[in-house]
Amino acid sequence: MLNKKVKNRVLFITLLITISLIIVFFIIETLNSNLLYFKTPTDIFENENINFQKKIRLGGMVKKNSIDANSNEIKFIITDLKNEIIVSYTGTVPNLFLEEKGVIAEGVLKDRKYFIADRILAKHDENYMPPNLQQELNKKNAK
Amino acid sequence: MLNNIGNLLIFLSIAVSILIIYFSIHSLKEKKKTINKKLFNLSLWQTTFTLTSFFALIIGFILSDFSLITVFQNSHSLKPLFYKITATWGNHEGSLLLWINVLVIFSFLFLVFNKDAEKKYRIYTLISQNVLIIGFFLFLFFNSNPFDLVVPTPKQGLGLNPILQDPALAIHPPLLYIGFVGSSIYFSAAIGSLLSSYEGRNFAKSIKPWVIVSWSFQTLGILVGSIWAYYELGWGGFWFWDPVENASLMPWFVMTALIHSLVVLQKRESLYSWVIILCLSAFTLSVTGTFLVRSGILNSVHTFANDPSRGLYILVFLSLMIFTALTIFFIKYKKENYSFNTNSKETYILVNNWFMAFYLITILIGTTYPIFTEALVNIKISVGPPFYNIVIIPLVVPFLFIMALAPKVKWISNKFKSSMNFFSIIALAILLNALIIYYLEPYSFLTNLIITSSIFLIIYSLLDLVNIIRKKNNFDLPRILSHLGFGFLVFFIGLNHSYSVDQDFNLKEGEKKEFENYVINFKSLNYEQYKNYKAVIGEFDLLNKKNLKQETLFPEIRIYNQPKTLTYEASIRTGLGHDLYLTMSNISRSEFYNIKFQKKPFMIWIWFSAIMISTGGFVRLFKNEN
Repeated sequence: MLNKKVKNRVLFITLLITISLIIVFFIIETLNSNLLYFKTPTDIFENENINFQKKIRLGGMVKKNSIDANSNEIKFIITDLKNEIIVSYTGTVPNLFLEEKGVIAEGVLKDRKYFIADRILAKHDENYMPPNLQQELNKKNAK
Repeated sequence: MLNNIGNLLIFLSIAVSILIIYFSIHSLKEKKKTINKKLFNLSLWQTTFTLTSFFALIIGFILSDFSLITVFQNSHSLKPLFYKITATWGNHEGSLLLWINVLVIFSFLFLVFNKDAEKKYRIYTLISQNVLIIGFFLFLFFNSNPFDLVVPTPKQGLGLNPILQDPALAIHPPLLYIGFVGSSIYFSAAIGSLLSSYEGRNFAKSIKPWVIVSWSFQTLGILVGSIWAYYELGWGGFWFWDPVENASLMPWFVMTALIHSLVVLQKRESLYSWVIILCLSAFTLSVTGTFLVRSGILNSVHTFANDPSRGLYILVFLSLMIFTALTIFFIKYKKENYSFNTNSKETYILVNNWFMAFYLITILIGTTYPIFTEALVNIKISVGPPFYNIVIIPLVVPFLFIMALAPKVKWISNKFKSSMNFFSIIALAILLNALIIYYLEPYSFLTNLIITSSIFLIIYSLLDLVNIIRKKNNFDLPRILSHLGFGFLVFFIGLNHSYSVDQDFNLKEGEKKEFENYVINFKSLNYEQYKNYKAVIGEFDLLNKKNLKQETLFPEIRIYNQPKTLTYEASIRTGLGHDLYLTMSNISRSEFYNIKFQKKPFMIWIWFSAIMISTGGFVRLFKNEN
């Protein structure tokens, strides 16, 4: 009787550990395939191998006088003051989406110069800038 | 003036807390079985001082006393009175004071309402809770004092962020805080229980009402937050897996697991250590959530203005808290003997806990992973909603089935009597699902499973409901309400997700747009001036080509003057069958307005289901055991 109990317990614990391992592996796998990497136009310009299918977040500043709207889409340029990328977007823009303000576009790259966004984020903090852009701007102001 | 009063009150509260700890330790040495009257009085004074300090801050906001830095930063004399008052907890400093108020009030109520429990246990709980109170008071006083002065006194305040000027957001923080901070009392009680060896059934009984109160309020708090996000953020969704939302959901899972495990502890005197771990982690996760949000470590759609020094203090405090709690736990840990029969209620409740743990771990990984990658390898990433959807949603299916079946399972050992019932209900659920697809439109395979299993839970719960009405024994009513509510919640979210219509386009004033069954006509733009904002109001006629019903919607763009901010106000026509949702936003240097039209089915029922879930908790409070 006791022997059977111990056997059962061992079996149960092994099963539990195996299942937990499988679950954790499954979670991490899913996590990895659903990560959105944050890139700046320069990152994209400098990177040799880009996966054009993968969704990314493109961050930078909306270039002055670049917003152009027609009845289907909005086009604008995201710049990090070194390189720039044209973004095409259909959908609602957040209220802090303004020229010369920080912005994050979520979507896929069509090529190195053209980005198709399906979501635009701007922070509710009106002074928000993507951190590395802030460094660039500070450098520029310091000069 | 107010700043002196406020600081004095905070000082007095800290002093009283120290006195409470001193007399508590003293009282432990006494042989008397009852708690010294002095402690009750001190606790009452503590509550009075703390509450008064909060009222002093509210008065500061009402009178627009801009000599106080918090008032200066978050209010404006032209703001409506209601939002002057709610601004008190719409900012970091004020909300921290609210947080401490909940800590103190719960401490007092726990002392008063647990007369039956052992003295030692109550005293240790009181000490532990007061250590927390002092910790947060020191944080408030040195780092985020709402009563700090601005010299010289400014003539005008900076104003409250317009997206926070909203009735839902006025009640959201108090609700959520009763949930978040309410969990502190069973954190303390767990420590008290470990130190005084007051365990088992009695311990379960003494903390149960507090767990249920915090859980119910947490549920409501999350709901109100979602409703706010739904109409204020203008995206038409109500859940974005945003770090802030996750932070409120994680303690909720722990609380839910705790409610269920407590039943095992109460009925079978088992799972004591596990209950203690859950008690400790609920409040720990609440503080962690606050830490992540307030310190600005996590990027989120709604952030408090953040400050890293805050984070550092909370981090140190949090580590101390966890370290002390774990040390006490391991010193006092006693080996327990679990011998559950596989087919018994105990096992099923454990299964519930596994599910909760799984959801919790998933969300914890998803929320904190970006912090680690940025800190360790300096890669900036964010985890998208698909991650949560892929991992969490499929597991909801078995969860719903177990949720329907488990309550019927007997303690200790169970035998399933009739499988007939089970199979006929499954058949009925599949049939109903097929009818929905037939009359509406087909949806994905996974959604089929989700809808079927949620119908299964709904039918089962309804049968239970009929049963208790017939037997006139309504002890089980709270459980049935919450489970039924959860079934409805999943059901309506499933339908809402599958049948939402979402259209984005750009229109100029006077233009028309046709899509699917609708024609939308941008008739005119009107300008109006209000007390604290200017509004650009669009008038849109929406014609349904199928039934020729016409609705007029008025989305707005508001330009607030203090602080100067733009907000988009969605125009929402709520109905029993669906909500019509229209937002309008301007595009710089262009005559076009971006229009987002959405048809969201059964929104009101989603809110209703969530209310039903928390109602179950509130009903339980008024139902006596036995």
